[in-house]
Amino acid sequence: MKRVLTALFLFSFVAVSCNLLSSRPSSNLPTIYIENKGSDTLVNLALAWAERYQEKHADVRISVTGGGSGTGIAALINNTVDIANMSREIKPEELAEARAKGVNPIEYVIARDAIAVIVNPENPVSNLTLQQLSDIYSGKINNWSEVGGEDRPIVRLSRETNSGTHIYFLETVLRLGREGDATLFSTDTLLLPSSEGIILETRQNPNAIGYDGLGYVPNDLKMVAIAEGPNSSYVLPSIATVNDGSYPIARDLYLYSNGEPTGALADYLAWILSEEAQRIVAELGFVPVE
Amino acid sequence: MEKSLTWREFIVTRAIQASGYSAIVFVALIFFFLLREGAPALTDVKLSTLFSARWYPIEDYFGVLPLITGSLVVTIGAMLIAFPLGIGTAVYISEIAPRWIREILKPLVELLGGLPSVVLGFLGILLVSPFLRVFLNLPTGLTAFTGSLLLGGIAVPTIVSVAEDALDAVPRSYREGAWALGATRWQTIWYVTLPAAKSGVLTAVMLGVGRAIGETMTVMMVTGNAPVLATALGSWFAPARTMTATIAAEMGEVANGSAHYHVLFFIGIVLFLISLGVNVAASSVVFRAKKRAERILS
Repeated sequence: MKRVLTALFLFSFVAVSCNLLSSRPSSNLPTIYIENKGSDTLVNLALAWAERYQEKHADVRISVTGGGSGTGIAALINNTVDIANMSREIKPEELAEARAKGVNPIEYVIARDAIAVIVNPENPVSNLTLQQLSDIYSGKINNWSEVGGEDRPIVRLSRETNSGTHIYFLETVLRLGREGDATLFSTDTLLLPSSEGIILETRQNPNAIGYDGLGYVPNDLKMVAIAEGPNSSYVLPSIATVNDGSYPIARDLYLYSNGEPTGALADYLAWILSEEAQRIVAELGFVPVE
Repeated sequence: MEKSLTWREFIVTRAIQASGYSAIVFVALIFFFLLREGAPALTDVKLSTLFSARWYPIEDYFGVLPLITGSLVVTIGAMLIAFPLGIGTAVYISEIAPRWIREILKPLVELLGGLPSVVLGFLGILLVSPFLRVFLNLPTGLTAFTGSLLLGGIAVPTIVSVAEDALDAVPRSYREGAWALGATRWQTIWYVTLPAAKSGVLTAVMLGVGRAIGETMTVMMVTGNAPVLATALGSWFAPARTMTATIAAEMGEVANGSAHYHVLFFIGIVLFLISLGVNVAASSVVFRAKKRAERILS
């Protein structure tokens, strides 16, 4: 009896897998797969694009995974994906590695992103200069009273070191964009594995300061207005202030493809720069290009 | 018929023998692999850098000391919490509780042991850490102590389950002898039953330590992951970064064969050696206890 059951089980397993295999090419059009991987900042945007595009193009299947910009470009270099989503430009050593493996990454600026500095709504501080932010994160300023707030310790929140946002924040804010500056995050900076972790902690802790992509900041958290220098005016992040360049912590977001794209991939990349796709960019809190 | 039976027996014996030896082979293979991937860290990175207090791998700061102290603080803290709680629960279940309570408690504790650590971590972020921040008036609730509390919770079922079995295995005549001498119930537990079950209880604690030091997901979620070198008792109530959380958070992104990659494996070796050390220490204690018991009994 047992043997019969095992045989039946095996048989049904084989039958199911055959079925799965044979069902793929059953549609009339040949299905085209586009693999899309990289920056966690870009995941939601890439998913929204993929969904909208597949509604109109039934023959195209687009899969999107996150993991970080580094993961994305590594996958492109290893030729396991068609598109790498990046929240930073490709590094020279990554480019060299790609060339060595016969991969030719081509860059597209597909949206802009602003990093919002967030605090608990109870925190009275609403303006900071870039210099003050740098001093807070590098450990020179340790109490909110030093920047016009209450007498509370400052709890610094950051993304993990493998996040593109972390590196961008290090270069633009802590080092104020200066080449060769070796300022580091204070060692007691909390390195949280996800954006969600930063938002949860900021929501319940009045001591906390964190940063996150503008598109991910929920309404119940307070964004801080940032001034580039002591004499510039304080600017809150918004689509308008990022586009006119007045908000100082903003960056371009990229897609990389392997070589000049052809066929369905070229159509998809062209569509991403169209007005329809760029409207989705704005809906998700990012800043459209052009 | 007779012949085929012995032949079959031969196969079965060999199979069991092989699976016994396989444990040794696997441990040796794992250690060899760790060594192969981790040893280059000693040449890639200067020793003074490797044993410094700064961990910031993207800028080539590879100081592992804060990670080691982080793991130690969280684990020792977890054991301080789990050890009394676990042994207490085991004693209660095995020695004091009426039959029907025991019948409910034991499966419940085992169920607790099956709780996924991600779920505990989530509870930690949403409930435990905000509560601790307000209750202990800390700057943040994401601290080594929060990690210890949750890890303690993870280790307790392991300790209870093994320690309870050990206490159960103490012959009834031991307790009856103690009672006959006029010992109270507490004196019987403390001076007779627990010492008699010593090796089993120690094994339980060891398994608990192993469970706690290797736990990754929960600590990554609730300890804040700040690589601060622990120097004083206050470090228990400050954020910490453990070795396991570091490996888990960074291994996925690291370039294969880079210095960072080798250092992560080096941390794996340190972790391996620590749990090896704990196990050796425990078994030597158990071994000595057994010898002493044999002397007394003979």
